Amino acid sequence: MIQHALDGLKVVDLTHYVAGPYCTKLLADYGADVIKVERPGIGDGARRLGPFPGDKPDPEKSGIFLHLNTSKRGIAVDFKRPEGIELLKRMIKEADLLVENFSPRVMPSLGLSYDDVRAFNPEVVMVSISDFGQTGPYRDYRGSEMVDYALGGAMYSAGLPDRQPLKLGGVVVSYLAGANAAAAAAVAVVGTAMRGEGDHVDISIMETQAGSPDRRVNMLVGYQYTGQVNHRGMLAPPPVRPCKDGYLNSQFGLVWMDRISEMLGMPEIKDDPRFVDPIEAAKPENAALFEEIYLGWLGDRTMREAWDAAQAAHVLSGPIYSFADVMADRNFQERGYWEDIEHPAAGRWRYPGLPFSTFGEPSKPRRPAPRLGEHTGEVLQQLGYSDAEVAALRGQEVIA
Amino acid sequence: MTSPRHKKLPLEGVRVTDFSVVLAGPWVATLLADWGAEVIRVEPLQVFQPSTRGRSPRPPQAQIDTNHNWVFAYPNWKAGPRPWNQWPFFQAHARNKLSMTLDIRRPEGMEVLKRLASVSDIVIENNVPETIEKLGIDYPQLRQIKPDIIMLRMPAYGLTGPYKNFRSFGPHLEGTAGHTSIRGYSDTDPSMTEDVFFGDACAAATGAYATAIALRQLRRTGKGQLIELSQTESLIPFFGEFLLDYQMNGRVPGPQGNDLYEMAPHNAYPCRGDDTWVAIAVADDRAWQGLVRAIGNPPWTSEKRFSTQASRYEQRQDLDALVAGWTSQHDNRWVMEVLQNEGVPAGVLNNEEDAYNDPHLNARGFFPELTHPDCGTHRYPGIVWKMARTPNDIRTPPVTLGEHNDYVYKELLKVTEEEYANLEQAGHIGTEFPESMAGNA
Repeated sequence: MIQHALDGLKVVDLTHYVAGPYCTKLLADYGADVIKVERPGIGDGARRLGPFPGDKPDPEKSGIFLHLNTSKRGIAVDFKRPEGIELLKRMIKEADLLVENFSPRVMPSLGLSYDDVRAFNPEVVMVSISDFGQTGPYRDYRGSEMVDYALGGAMYSAGLPDRQPLKLGGVVVSYLAGANAAAAAAVAVVGTAMRGEGDHVDISIMETQAGSPDRRVNMLVGYQYTGQVNHRGMLAPPPVRPCKDGYLNSQFGLVWMDRISEMLGMPEIKDDPRFVDPIEAAKPENAALFEEIYLGWLGDRTMREAWDAAQAAHVLSGPIYSFADVMADRNFQERGYWEDIEHPAAGRWRYPGLPFSTFGEPSKPRRPAPRLGEHTGEVLQQLGYSDAEVAALRGQEVIA
Repeated sequence: MTSPRHKKLPLEGVRVTDFSVVLAGPWVATLLADWGAEVIRVEPLQVFQPSTRGRSPRPPQAQIDTNHNWVFAYPNWKAGPRPWNQWPFFQAHARNKLSMTLDIRRPEGMEVLKRLASVSDIVIENNVPETIEKLGIDYPQLRQIKPDIIMLRMPAYGLTGPYKNFRSFGPHLEGTAGHTSIRGYSDTDPSMTEDVFFGDACAAATGAYATAIALRQLRRTGKGQLIELSQTESLIPFFGEFLLDYQMNGRVPGPQGNDLYEMAPHNAYPCRGDDTWVAIAVADDRAWQGLVRAIGNPPWTSEKRFSTQASRYEQRQDLDALVAGWTSQHDNRWVMEVLQNEGVPAGVLNNEEDAYNDPHLNARGFFPELTHPDCGTHRYPGIVWKMARTPNDIRTPPVTLGEHNDYVYKELLKVTEEEYANLEQAGHIGTEFPESMAGNA
């Protein structure tokens, strides 16, 4: 029998939207038994975000929900009611991990603070993901994808000097917080095996940005060393340039000039002081001359030709792909990256594959995202509820 | 917190041999080192990997003087006698780590490496695959030395496929993953879109996760493994909703500016003062009502065209100008507080100075002060995750080149004094790149 990396790890998942569900998706896709808890009739808000096939909203067909909840089982419990809380406690009692991304006052108000939980399951690792963390003056502030990035990340320095600063693409800040939370959860689980008791992991999305290798930490250390604040356009011009049918991003810089001269088929320029002497190369007229040479070379080539030529010369580079280009690319296809998953309500779609491979990676295809309450009966039965108890809870609309 | 504190960090007793370069790999090691792993960087004195400890070993002062930007932000804009111990990109991740110098391209260097691998639990690298294979330190070889070793390899595109040996930094593979196509202003083309290093941040967190779950499996089954992490493939899932939209509706988006989920207002707005901004995100009627109250109910807020979330989105350009008219009269921090008091998601755009003064980051102890032999005393961005029962501070400042040669060679690997002297003589052991290695950046 194949052993998956997280075989035997039981996770109670109270998360919604993006950061929390990406964390538990990473756990579930590598073999953890993740039970996603949603409220009856309401469900995870990501069920309403879309995209939807034909732009027709349907809580069972939201693209972002389908993507973020693969490999999980789902139950519907009204945990605003005492019977629902009792059910949750029975689940948590047997769990290794409890993951939630409510605002920080919610779990204590449900009687599920870390101290509450620890009292009946000392080994559990509780992971709390929030905009600003469980402590500190912003704890009760309202955040968002962009607000968390503005406060924590390098948004101030992003964009053109005469325009407003720019966010990153989509909701990547939330995804990154989820990946950090999964890593922290796994580290804490390793710690629990050694230390005998669990811990409470506190992930602040703002801090995952303030400590991010995405420019922020480099700029923060640079500021300490020089006192210089980074304004937009300080590293201008951006390195992306047009070719015949698209754009290529290449790494410039004098240390790479031997490779760049090879790419351009102009070996003579690697010894030309106008391009390789740090003072000469910085002069506007020489920079303009290089730009002219490079643009001319790119203009004769398609994105594919230019990228292949750059790589043949070992120039660090990449094309600007649209999402159509990403899906059409031969490399990901040949590696078997994509995964077609059939969902009973939403149909068959092609999903991004696993971010890394381990020797015991789960067999494909992965389980599709759960329909709301799809596994309620099955999970309650495993917890030891009798048929009569299940029927009673359904009758009282505690579960669905 | 009333729960008793743990006496040990969760990864205490785990040893990592780290061959990683530039950003993504070193940041995996940082996340593990922060939580107790002993991370040993293996750094050759004979090879200078650009963008790891600087663009070049000894950047000419004139180059720094003409490039006063964050890539050349050496202390006081001056490279000291050992610039490789002062480069901000490196200093940002090099806390809590050890450094040894070793040239594994030579037989006696390979012998040392084998001894190191035999006492390590994890090996991390993010080089071009053929480099590692030529050096003879890929998984089958390491496994012969240490049968239960965990090896994390994280090249740009993976260990198979047509792009296996493609050269790429984070910004280049962000292009291939689709991220660059949706960043930027909606009215500009990609040549106006600058690089970000988001791909490195993604690969770092994902790589730390991968390593930690492999460690759990090792402890449970006694089995090590090779983890193959394609940095591009770890980033593509961050755009799952766009890839499904493309399939479901044929949509291929261009640059999105600050648009998200048809929220409005949803942008960065200028405030009083020079280049100061606040981000405001209004997702629903409740937040809109809060914004209207904060502004003081001016007549335009009750115009019919702003009465629903959909109509506000339709009118977002006009709305942005009106909101900016209000924000530009006030300090950004005041705007943030007023909006938060009304329940509206809002936050100032913290520049570096603001971040170090931010009351929340300071209250959470995010910026510890560290003293470094070649840089002096500064505050550094700190540990990213918190664990309530495991208070955690940075234990050691950014590591200098070869700082732990004595410990690793003599204490850990039990190299004799004579062997040590020979290795030193042969140039394996040292604390400086040779003078002959000048180079530009």
